[in-house]
Amino acid sequence: MSLAENLGLEVGQVVAEQTFALSRDTLVRYAGASGDFNPIHYRDDVAATVGLPGVLAHGMLTMGVAVQPVVDWLDGRGWVSDYQVRFTRPVVVDPQSGAEVTVTATVGVIDDAGARIDLTAVYEGQTVLGKAQVRISAH
Amino acid sequence: MNPDLTEREFAPTPAYLVGREKVREFARAVLATSPLHHDPAAAQAAGYADVVAPPTFPIVIAEATLQQLLAEPDAGIDFSRVVHGDQRFTYTRPIVAGDELTATLRVTSIKTLGGNSMVASESTMVDADGAHVVTSVSTLVVRGDDS
Repeated sequence: MSLAENLGLEVGQVVAEQTFALSRDTLVRYAGASGDFNPIHYRDDVAATVGLPGVLAHGMLTMGVAVQPVVDWLDGRGWVSDYQVRFTRPVVVDPQSGAEVTVTATVGVIDDAGARIDLTAVYEGQTVLGKAQVRISAH
Repeated sequence: MNPDLTEREFAPTPAYLVGREKVREFARAVLATSPLHHDPAAAQAAGYADVVAPPTFPIVIAEATLQQLLAEPDAGIDFSRVVHGDQRFTYTRPIVAGDELTATLRVTSIKTLGGNSMVASESTMVDADGAHVVTSVSTLVVRGDDS
């Protein structure tokens, strides 16, 4: 039985949806864990100097967060063998109110190898990732 | 940007030992709560030797290759003007704690578009046996002075 049959997948099916709250604390924690200490992710003055609308979430933080609903839904029944995104819009993280990113994971393609799950990540009504595709495979 | 960087091969990075606590720390940082990332017993029950790294974990190792690129004397890259354009990870198998990974960087193309430079590169990561684990492919956009 294929992975898609095991999981009962149909193209167009929404398999997970979750909203994540990002704060400046989240950015500092991600900087430390990832080793990306670019100050545009924690200093308003530096962000302003290089012409940004504010302190931005690391693109890799958004990418990392966006795949988690898929990992949780899979729960070890398969694994993420390929994951790609384009960074199309910045996520500005307000020092007080932070930012909210809502992720929706939809079955895009089913084939012998497994399935392709397509992600949308929405911040303030606009998508921030393009071509966000997760390939899931059987063990 | 120096177009001569294209197809330049870099020396493999020193081996990176994936630690259990580093996997947990990175998982917390990307708000990942799956027990596979945190609980060795849960990971072992799923058939893994130890906790499993989240899908974007290889960026921690790619950081070493990025430093190689930025340190190249003739690269001419101003890091404060660098924006991440796209990113992809293609795996042969998941990364688990205990893996020793070595990354080799290759710049695959450099294009100039409207004053910006697009630097495409790939880092191939292999384990202690030399077997492929994951390839990280990315495009960095170096914004021009007037953008």
